[in-house]
Amino acid sequence: MFKHETIETHAGWLIVLTLLAIGVGGLVEIVPLYMIESTIEKVDGVRPYTPLEQRGRDLYIREGCYLCHSQMIRPFRDEMMRYGHYSLAAESQYDHPFQWGSKRTGPDLARLGGKYSNEWHVQHMTAPRSVVPESIMPNYPWLLKNKLDISDIADRMRALKMVSVPYSETKAEYDANVSKFGKDVAVMLDINRAQENLIAQAQKGNYDGNKADISEMDALIAYLQVLGTMVDFSKYDEAYFVKFR
Amino acid sequence: MSEQKNTEGSVQTTGHAWDGDIQEFNNPLPRWWIWAFYASVLFAIGYWIIYPSWPVGFTDKGYLTGVGNTITFKNDKGEDVTTHWNTRALLLEDMQTGPEAMKQKEYLAKVTKASYSQIVADDDMLGFTNAYAKGLFGDNCAACHQAGGAGVMGKYPNLADDGWLYGGSYTQIEQTIKNGRKGSMPGFEDRLSEKQKDDLSEYVLSLSGHEVDRNKAARGAKVFSGEGTCIACHGANAKGNTALGAANLTDRIWSIADVPSAADMEGKKAAIKQVINKGISRHMPAWAGRLSDDEIKLLTVYVHSTLGGGQ
Ligand code: HEC
Ligand code: HEC
Ligand code: HEC
Repeated sequence: MFKHETIETHAGWLIVLTLLAIGVGGLVEIVPLYMIESTIEKVDGVRPYTPLEQRGRDLYIREGCYLCHSQMIRPFRDEMMRYGHYSLAAESQYDHPFQWGSKRTGPDLARLGGKYSNEWHVQHMTAPRSVVPESIMPNYPWLLKNKLDISDIADRMRALKMVSVPYSETKAEYDANVSKFGKDVAVMLDINRAQENLIAQAQKGNYDGNKADISEMDALIAYLQVLGTMVDFSKYDEAYFVKFR
Repeated sequence: MSEQKNTEGSVQTTGHAWDGDIQEFNNPLPRWWIWAFYASVLFAIGYWIIYPSWPVGFTDKGYLTGVGNTITFKNDKGEDVTTHWNTRALLLEDMQTGPEAMKQKEYLAKVTKASYSQIVADDDMLGFTNAYAKGLFGDNCAACHQAGGAGVMGKYPNLADDGWLYGGSYTQIEQTIKNGRKGSMPGFEDRLSEKQKDDLSEYVLSLSGHEVDRNKAARGAKVFSGEGTCIACHGANAKGNTALGAANLTDRIWSIADVPSAADMEGKKAAIKQVINKGISRHMPAWAGRLSDDEIKLLTVYVHSTLGGGQ
């Protein structure tokens, strides 16, 4: 009879059957990735992050905000009523890594953009309990003190470009972005202009209320204020999104 | 170690022995476990057939969509759409026909048709409104205005008192919530002398009935309507201007200058001077688009009737 002893004492059997088991697991994980295109909704407005927002996103990851906050509103009635429209796959197509999840020590942040003022974010981030007395979120006072390191922004964008985020470096790539996203957005996605764009957005937005320099707070708030705001849901029939499932 | 054998005697070992006498039993998996395993396999096969599963397959969708398992919901035009089972369609169905949603809709329809005064007069509608709006307030407003609406001195106005920067009528509150507000007062740090600011602060405090130095206050009154042009926003009677959100300085309600917690007259004056020096710039986000018109209506009733008490 074919007992596990047979497998354990014959290296050939062991190799073949191990490969088979791993192969099934691998296929189940990998095959859907080739089918994923058909599940990404075709919606207007979703674009890669600007250099400043991208730096903010890097800080979000550095500080481990994702350990307590998800960015994925699930298609349940209670979640829609609390957070807004459920998240679309299209909305995180340029996120590397994505921030989906269901680990919510704090609330979901997928549609945070525009909910609060910049001043509130500064106060909440430096001392959460001064606005939400029962909060258990940590204080992040250094974000306001640390100057934002912008020296490597071009490299950061190049790295994302390697995983197919359409930041542009050549004229042809830039032109492709102009036709895909329009001129204003295409300019922001140009790696050659990354630093000047970053500085201009930080100075114009003045997110942390201090014009003198660009702090890490500026970048983080720029990122938080754009979350979930790119798609105008009033333009679409709800039935349209169902087609992608 | 004695020659103790395993008491059952019948259990096979794998045949290895370590350290002379450590052996490994070759027990079969428990029977219940095996059956549970086979049952899960059968369940999975049933699940594959009924629910969308394999991302490959010969349907027109390009994947297996589940057999005999459809959901019908209405699209935005009101037409019936039938689709294979999926969570997005399930949500729409739940929102359109679920018992909880229907009950809520029924109330909501009643409330949105009613006028503000009708809602407040009807216990049933008011009860629903307050219950619903309390949740909305907690999710969206409490982070700034605090759970009971008491606000944070200097930053987020108290909605539970009787003072309103932008007016406390239903329509004014509705406008505030819908479109947001940007309250701004310029700083006068460099434009007025220390003496003028001192006189002004005496005058401002006199408006709300504080005991002040009359001579100073009289001089301050001149600055108020002259060099300071405080009058342009706060008005000749200093009762404020709801179109600009300029505070009423004649009541004892303070939103920015922390007069109430100052221990003595000097402290109160310092609080006023701080506002005169630095000015104010604060911003209430707009909620149209994020909240529906119905939700804004419910919140308006809640802020007016339950928290604020209107005007
Ligand atoms: C220990 C868990 C924890 C971590 C880590 C954490 N938060 Fe929070 N966060 C919370 C909790 C709990 C709340 C709800 C109470 C509150 O508003 O403070 C919250 C609330 C928030 C809110 C308000 C959301 C809303 O809709 O009201 C924002 C914005 C936020 N966090 C951003 C961040 C950012 C950015 C970071 C990383 C720098 C971060 N959080 C890290 C726990 C956490
Ligand atoms: C980001 C913080 C913030 C949030 C969130 C917020 N508000 Fe406000 N709110 C303010 C500020 C700041 C003001 C004062 C604006 C000014 O002075 O111009 C204000 C003013 C108001 C006023 C006018 C008060 C008056 O005296 O006229 C009302 C009413 C109001 N808010 C209701 C709400 C409601 C309802 C919500 C939730 C849907 C909400 N607010 C959410 C910050 C906030
Ligand atoms: C451009 C219009 C404008 C001018 C000019 C102006 N104010 Fe104001 N003032 C406002 C507004 C608007 C507010 C309320 C701001 C808010 O709530 O966001 C306010 C608030 C105040 C407050 C705080 C009230 C409170 O409830 O805490 C004081 C005190 C005050 N003003 C005094 C003055 C004095 C004194 C002058 C003249 C030196 C002056 N203001 C000139 C617009 C103005």
